[in-house]
Amino acid sequence: MTTTPSEPDQTSSPDQQSRAVPIVTGSTPPAAAARQQGRVRVPTLARHLGIAVLAAVVLAIASAMIGDYRDYELAEIAAFVVAVAGLTVLIGLSGQISIGNGAFMAVGGYTAALLFLHLQWPLVLVLLAATGAAALAGAIFGVAAARLRGPYLAGATLMLAVALPSLSTQFQSVLGGDQGLGFYISVPGFLGASFSLSRWQAWFNCAVALLVLVLLANLTRSRVGRNWRALRDDEVAASLAGLNVARLQIVAFIVSAACAGAGGVLLAVWIGTVSTSLFALGLSIQLLTAAVLGGLGSLTGAIWGSALLVIVPTFLADFATSHGMNQTTSSSVPILAYGVVLIVVMVAFPGGIQGGLIRFYNLRRRRPADYHQEEKGTT
Amino acid sequence: MVEFLNFTFEGLSAGMIYAAIGLSLVLIWRGTRVLNYAQGAMAMFTSYMALLVINATGNYWLGFAVALASGLVIGAVVERVVIRQVTGKPPLNAVIVSIGLLIGLEGLAGLLFSSNNRSFPPAYSINGLSIGSVALGITWNDVFTAVAVLAAAGVFAAVFRYTSVGLRLRATAFSPAVARLLGVRVGRMLTLGWALAGLLGALAGMLVTPSTFLSPNSMDVIFVLGFTAAVIGGLESPAGAVAGGLILGVVLSYAGGYLNSQVVNLFGLAALLLVLMLRPNGLFSSAPARRV
Amino acid sequence: MSESATLIIEDVAAGYGAVQVLKGVSVTAPAGTITAVLGANGAGKTTLLRAIDGSVRPRRGRILLSGTDVAGRRPEDVARAGIAHVPEGQGVITELTVAENLQLGLLLRSRADRKGALEEIYQRFAILADRRNRAAGTLSGGERQMLVIARALATAPRVLLLDEPSLGLAPKVVSNVLQLIRGLRDEAGLTIVLVEQNARSALAIADTGIVLNLGAVVASAPAAALAADDALRRHYLGF
Repeated sequence: MTTTPSEPDQTSSPDQQSRAVPIVTGSTPPAAAARQQGRVRVPTLARHLGIAVLAAVVLAIASAMIGDYRDYELAEIAAFVVAVAGLTVLIGLSGQISIGNGAFMAVGGYTAALLFLHLQWPLVLVLLAATGAAALAGAIFGVAAARLRGPYLAGATLMLAVALPSLSTQFQSVLGGDQGLGFYISVPGFLGASFSLSRWQAWFNCAVALLVLVLLANLTRSRVGRNWRALRDDEVAASLAGLNVARLQIVAFIVSAACAGAGGVLLAVWIGTVSTSLFALGLSIQLLTAAVLGGLGSLTGAIWGSALLVIVPTFLADFATSHGMNQTTSSSVPILAYGVVLIVVMVAFPGGIQGGLIRFYNLRRRRPADYHQEEKGTT
Repeated sequence: MVEFLNFTFEGLSAGMIYAAIGLSLVLIWRGTRVLNYAQGAMAMFTSYMALLVINATGNYWLGFAVALASGLVIGAVVERVVIRQVTGKPPLNAVIVSIGLLIGLEGLAGLLFSSNNRSFPPAYSINGLSIGSVALGITWNDVFTAVAVLAAAGVFAAVFRYTSVGLRLRATAFSPAVARLLGVRVGRMLTLGWALAGLLGALAGMLVTPSTFLSPNSMDVIFVLGFTAAVIGGLESPAGAVAGGLILGVVLSYAGGYLNSQVVNLFGLAALLLVLMLRPNGLFSSAPARRV
Repeated sequence: MSESATLIIEDVAAGYGAVQVLKGVSVTAPAGTITAVLGANGAGKTTLLRAIDGSVRPRRGRILLSGTDVAGRRPEDVARAGIAHVPEGQGVITELTVAENLQLGLLLRSRADRKGALEEIYQRFAILADRRNRAAGTLSGGERQMLVIARALATAPRVLLLDEPSLGLAPKVVSNVLQLIRGLRDEAGLTIVLVEQNARSALAIADTGIVLNLGAVVASAPAAALAADDALRRHYLGF
C-alpha cells in the first residue's frame, strides 16, 4: 500500500518494511497503486478503527488484571493522551506552538463540572458539550492570535494559561474559586453493582482516548492534515499555492483546544473536582513536554509522553521517599529529573522517543517530510 | 485623584520589574535568538543564594551583591553548557531546553531549599510614603526599585553604545557571521550576553521577591508578565521592553484597583492580544531585522 | 599596514554535507600580488574563500599563511591571524553607523593605533568620512562596497580576500573599486585574492589568474597569458 509522504504515525505492517515504497506526490492514487502491487487496500478509517478495537479489547482485559491503583493510573494516562495528542498535532503538524492548552483543559473541565452539578446531564452528553465549549474557546483565541508567529504566539498562549484559570476566582460563587467544584461520578448501572470505580474510569477514559486517536489519525491523513504540513513547512509557499493560511491555523487551534477540553473532562471525572490549581501554568507546560518527549506530530508519541508524564514522577517520588528523603523534599526529585530529561532529550534526541525508536529500530524508511520539524521547528 | 495617582505609582513600580525581566529577555533574544523561559527561575535561584548569605551574615547588601554575581555566573554557565548545544538548531529545541531548565531549577531549588514559602527582606522600608497627610501609594523600596532598574538599563545602554565590548555585543547580535570575520570572538560574546541578562534577572528577583515570598514557583507569574511586557514592546527593542513593562504595570494596576484583583491577569491577556492584533510583532517593531 | 604575506593553499578539499565542492585545489598567492580566482557559477570560488577564512572546515589539505597552517581554525581566529575576507553581498552591518562598522574592524588593532588608523581610512575613503555618522543601511551599493573594504583594511590584514566586489555595481563604480584594489597592492603591498565573475576586469589588474571548474583548478598562469589565451577565455570565462 502506498502512502502519502508525511505520515506521522502508523503501525507498520511487515509487508511495508520489505517493499521499497516510492514517495507518492499525488500522481498515483493510493488505491490504484495498491492494486498495481496486488494488494487489497483497506480504507484508512476501517484500519484505524480495527486497531482501536483491538487495543480496546487488550486494555479491557488488562484493566481487570492490574488492580485498582493501576486502573486509576491508566485513566489518568488516557486523559492526558487526549490532550497531548491534540497538542502534538497542533505543534507537529500545523507548526504553531501553544504553552496554554491547559487553559482549554480548564474550559472543558469546568464546563463538565457545571453541567454535572447543575443540570445532571449524562456523562457522554457532558463530554460532547464541554468539548464543544473548549473548541469555541479555541476558535476565539485562534482568531485573535491568527497573525502571531513564533515567540509572539508563545507569549500569547502563555498569558492565556495564566489568565484563564483566574476566571474561577473572579466568579467565585459560580466557579468555586480556589476550592473548586466537586462532583460525584458513579459507575453506570448496566455494569453491575460490584464494578470498581477505577476500572470504570479506566474504561471510559481509554475509550474516549482511542476514539480521539482514531479521529486525529484520520484527520492527519486527510487533506486538512496535508495542508497543515504544507503550512508548517513553508507558509509563504502554502499561501501562494492557494491555501487559506489563517483558516488552517484557526482550525488547528480548534482541534487542539477540543482535544484539550475533552482531556479536561476526563481529568475532572477522574479526580472528581475541578480547581484553579489543577489547571495552573504547570499543566500547560506538562502537556508541551509530553508532546515533545513523545515526538512532535506523532500520535503514538503522545501515548509515550503521557505515560512518562504520569508514571515516572510518582515512581521517582516514591523512590526518593523510600530512601530516606522526607515527603516535601522528595516531591522535588521528579521535578528536577523531568527538567534534566527534557534538556538531555532535546540535545541528544530531537525527535523525541518516537523519533528515537524509529531511528534505533529502523522501523520504517525515513521520510524527509517527517523530519521537517527538525529543520523548521516552530513558525 | 489621589487614588488615581496611587494606582499609577504602584503600576509604574510593578512595571519596573516587568521591564527588567522583559529587558533581560530582549537582551538574550537579540543576541542568541532564544527565548529564555527559565529567566524567572534563574532569578528565583539567585534570590535563594542571596537569602542564604543574608541569613548567614545578617548583611542585606552582601546578599544583594551575591545575587547579582550569581546571576552573572548562572547566565554564563547556562549559555556555555546548555544553550550552546541548541544554537543553530530549530527554535523549538531551544524552547524545550529552556523549559527544561525552568523545571529543573525549580526542582533543584525545592530539593536544596525546600518548597516552603520564605519571607524575604526588602532593600528599604516598605512603609507607605506620604506627602503631608496624603498617602502616595508607594514606598521607599518602590523608589529604590525604580532607580535600580532605570540605572541598570542606563548602564547597559551606555555600555552597549560607547564601549568596545558593547560594539562587539551588538555586532554579534546583528550579524554573527560578519562579526566573526572581523575577529570578534562570537562565542564569548554570546556567553557575556547571557551573563548580563542573568544579572538583570537577578536584580529583578531581588527587587520583587520581598512582596511575593520566595518559593521555587514564586517567579513564574512575574516571568510571564515580563515576557508579556517584552512581547508588547516588540522583542527586538530594549526600549520597547521598558515601555511595555511600564504600560503593562499601569494597566494591571488600574484593573486591579478600579475593578478587582481577580481580573488582573485577564486584563493582561486582553492588553497583550489587543496590541498583538494591531501589531503582531509588538509596539516598537519595524521591518524585521535583517540578518546577514 | 603590516607586512604582507604569502598565502599557499595546498590540495584543499571541502564541501557541505554530502556535496564535495572543492576537490583538491592548490593555489599560491605570492606576497604583494593580486591573484584572480575565476570560473563559472558553482565552480567553487566562494567555497575556496570560505575554506580559507575558516567558515568551512577543509576535509583535506593545508592553508599556509607565511608558513603557518591555519586550515580548520575558526573564522575569528583566522581573522586575528591576519586574513581579512570581504564576503559576497558585502556584509555591511546595517544597524550600525559607518563609523561603528569601521571601529569594529579596528578592534583588532592596539588601542594606541586605532585613532590614527581611523583617520587614515577617512583620508583614503572620502565618501566614508562624509557619511561617518549615518546608519550603514543608508549607503548606496558602491558606498557599501567601499565600507566593507575599508573595514577589512581596518583590521590591518596581511592577506585580503575579496568575493565578487563588483557584484551589482554600476560600471563606473566597478572601475573605482578595481582601481582601489590595484592601489592597495601598489601602495600598501597587500596580498590580495580576488574572486570575480567579471573575468576581463579582474585579469586587467591581477598578476596571476586561477581558473576553477567543478571544484578543480583547470588553469593557472600569469594574468596576461590567461587573458591572451582565446580558447581558455571562451571556454571557461565567457569572453
